[in-house]
Formats: sequence, C-alpha cells, structure tokens
Amino acid sequence: MIRDLVIVGSGPAGYTAAIYAARAQLNPLMYEGSVTAGGALMNTTEVENFPGFVDGVMGPDLMDSMRKQAKRFGTELITDDVVEMDLTGDIKILKDGSGNTVQAKAVILATGSAYREIGLENEKRLSGRGVSWCATCDGFFFRDQTIAVVGGGDSAVEEATFLTKFASKVVLIHRRDTLRASKIMAERALNNPKIEMLWNTEVTDVLGVDKVEGLQLRNLVTGEVSKRDFTGLFVAIGHIPRSELLLSQVTLNSEGYVSVEGQSTRTNLNGVFACGDLVDFTYRQAITAAGTGCQAALDAEKFLSH
Amino acid sequence: MSAGKVTAATFDEIVLKSSKPVLVDFWAEWCGPCRAVGPILDDIANEYGDKITIVKLNTDEESAIAIKYGVTSIPMLNVYVNGEVVKTIIGAKPKPALLKDLEGFI
Repeated sequence: MIRDLVIVGSGPAGYTAAIYAARAQLNPLMYEGSVTAGGALMNTTEVENFPGFVDGVMGPDLMDSMRKQAKRFGTELITDDVVEMDLTGDIKILKDGSGNTVQAKAVILATGSAYREIGLENEKRLSGRGVSWCATCDGFFFRDQTIAVVGGGDSAVEEATFLTKFASKVVLIHRRDTLRASKIMAERALNNPKIEMLWNTEVTDVLGVDKVEGLQLRNLVTGEVSKRDFTGLFVAIGHIPRSELLLSQVTLNSEGYVSVEGQSTRTNLNGVFACGDLVDFTYRQAITAAGTGCQAALDAEKFLSH
Repeated sequence: MSAGKVTAATFDEIVLKSSKPVLVDFWAEWCGPCRAVGPILDDIANEYGDKITIVKLNTDEESAIAIKYGVTSIPMLNVYVNGEVVKTIIGAKPKPALLKDLEGFI
C-alpha cells in the first residue's frame, strides 16, 4: 500500500503538519520517535511566549495537546524512529526501528535539532556523570551543589535560572561579554543572587575521574587559564539539525540544515518537504516551527493534488 | 511479564541476591524520557524475562539508593550481576540500541 503522506518528526512542526494534512484528508502517517516524541519542548517547563496561552503552558502539556489534536483528525501515529529513507524516487521508501517499511508519495521532514556539544573528549566521557544538556531532566540531582552552565542565549539563561531551584550556586560561563538571550530572560538571570556570571570565558576541559569535579577555563581576553571546582556542567550552546539520514539525498547547507525554496518548504526533491528546526537556523521558536509545519502540509497537499 | 518495581526494602533480595542478571531502571514521574523508555523495557522484559530480570526504581521515592549508586542523570539503567554493577546505560535509547547494549546478558 502506498500512502499519500508520511511525516517524520513530532515537535510543533510535525504535529501542526499532521493536523493540517489530516484535515486535508491526506491520511498522514507520522513517526513520532521512540524516545524523542514531542520534540524539544518535552524538556522544558513553562513556555511563556507561545501565543494563545495568557498564563503560559508547560512544554509537555502543549505537545500533548498538539498530539491529541493531530490524532483527533485521523493522523496515524507510530512511536518509533525512521532509521533509513530513500527519498529520491517518485515513491519514497522509509524503514523504521522495528524493521517495517513504508512507501509514500510525499514526505514531510520535521526532525528538528539535537543539543550541540562543546566537543571535548571529557565532556563526552562524563556525559550523564555530571555533564548534561538538559537542566529540567537532571537538575534535580545537583541539590546544594555548585554547578556551571555554558552558553549565552535563551536556553543557557533559562537553564541557569531553573537550576537555581536546586543548586546552591550556578556559574553561567559565556565566551562573550553580553548575553544573546532575550532582555527579560537576561535580566532575570543577572538579578538572581544564586547566579554568578563568568564573561569572556570558555571551557577548555572537563575534569574528574568517574564524575565531574571541575572545569578548566580560559579567559578569551587575557588568555589566562584557570581551574575551578564544579560538580555539574550543563551545556547550553545551541543546537545542530537532525539531518544525518538525509546526507547525499536532500540538499543541506554548510551547517547541515535542510535547504528549502524561498519561503516554501520544498526541498530539492519532488514530493519532499521540510519544516521546523531542521530548516530554521534563525528563529527556532515553537511558533515559527508550527507555522512552517502548516506550510509543509499545504505544500504537500498542492503537490499531491497534481 | 512486564518490568516489576523495586524499593529499598526489596533491593537486596530482588537485585543483589539474584542468580540472573538484573537491570534496574532508575526513573521519575517528571522525567519525560524515562516515561518514554518505560514501555520499551516492558517489551524487553516480556521477551527476555528468562535471561534477565528488569525492575524499576523510582528515584523520588528511593533517593537513598539513587544517591548510593551515583545517579546524576535519568533515565539510568544499571545491570547487576552477583550484586555488582557491571554495566551502566545513561539516557533514553530506542529498543534496537538497548538490545545491543544488553547483548551479553540476553
């Protein structure tokens, strides 16, 4: 059986695409991901800037609502991963983690992004042993400790602020001398007595045998190298697009983001559309992802009706 | 047989004194990835229950044991053989990846 449309990925982009595609009676099949269903917002707490929620909404609750909405209109959901794709032909072929194969005339790619790592060997080695990329996931285990957060954008500032609920002290390490974060978030962090700022500083090594015990730091202005004790490191320096499965099929830009035609969601391949953080390296908001998810469904519908 | 529950009271008997390898899943209600990996472990328990026992430990309820085993990130899976931790898997992984990690035990 050849389906009309398969959607790969389940953040705001994927679910919005599903809602629109289901209502257009394209009978979409959606791969949500076996452990990543719901996308990046599953790892955040209050979302205050998604329009329509006066008092804010919890990330997981927002995603749960989107999921229910997609299901309501008939989206078929599979909580599994796509592990292989051949998108080059007229009929696209996708294989999932359980070994099943699906064929479709059109595919919407909405796989989003993953956490960027600093790139240090000890960062990887001590992952889960004091090194984390998710404050809401692991902050709980750092009660009354002195921990570090690396980054200068909204994610870093949000994580640092969240972590003050548990840690006795949070040191926010940023390589510049001003935060990139939105003004309201930056202000909250700078006014938080538990947060100490380390400007113009980068982490050059993570120290510790079985768990994080400290960090080696370098001041980017003076060049001075120093060591400081920490029992936790949260890395919040941005994201990288999840385009690993698309290499040599779909046109990607130099950073690995999927290239689309102008303001549309059309990729270089006929019948293949991309949306959300897999494409967007500029805005990367839940609402912009949802917007492009809608566009992808409409682009797919137009394609399928020809 | 899906994954059972283990507490501080039953840890010794179910985990440390087991003749079979035991996988302990350290989880919490508020941990999304933990909830995602739960059903996967139930599946594995159903399929390989004769080779390995799989149990879940709630880190909110049993924080002393979590601290004892150095849990700093969940989900965390410890495989115990003869009372000792022989393998630790950190983070939620899809079923095929977990089966690969548990190759020596199933």
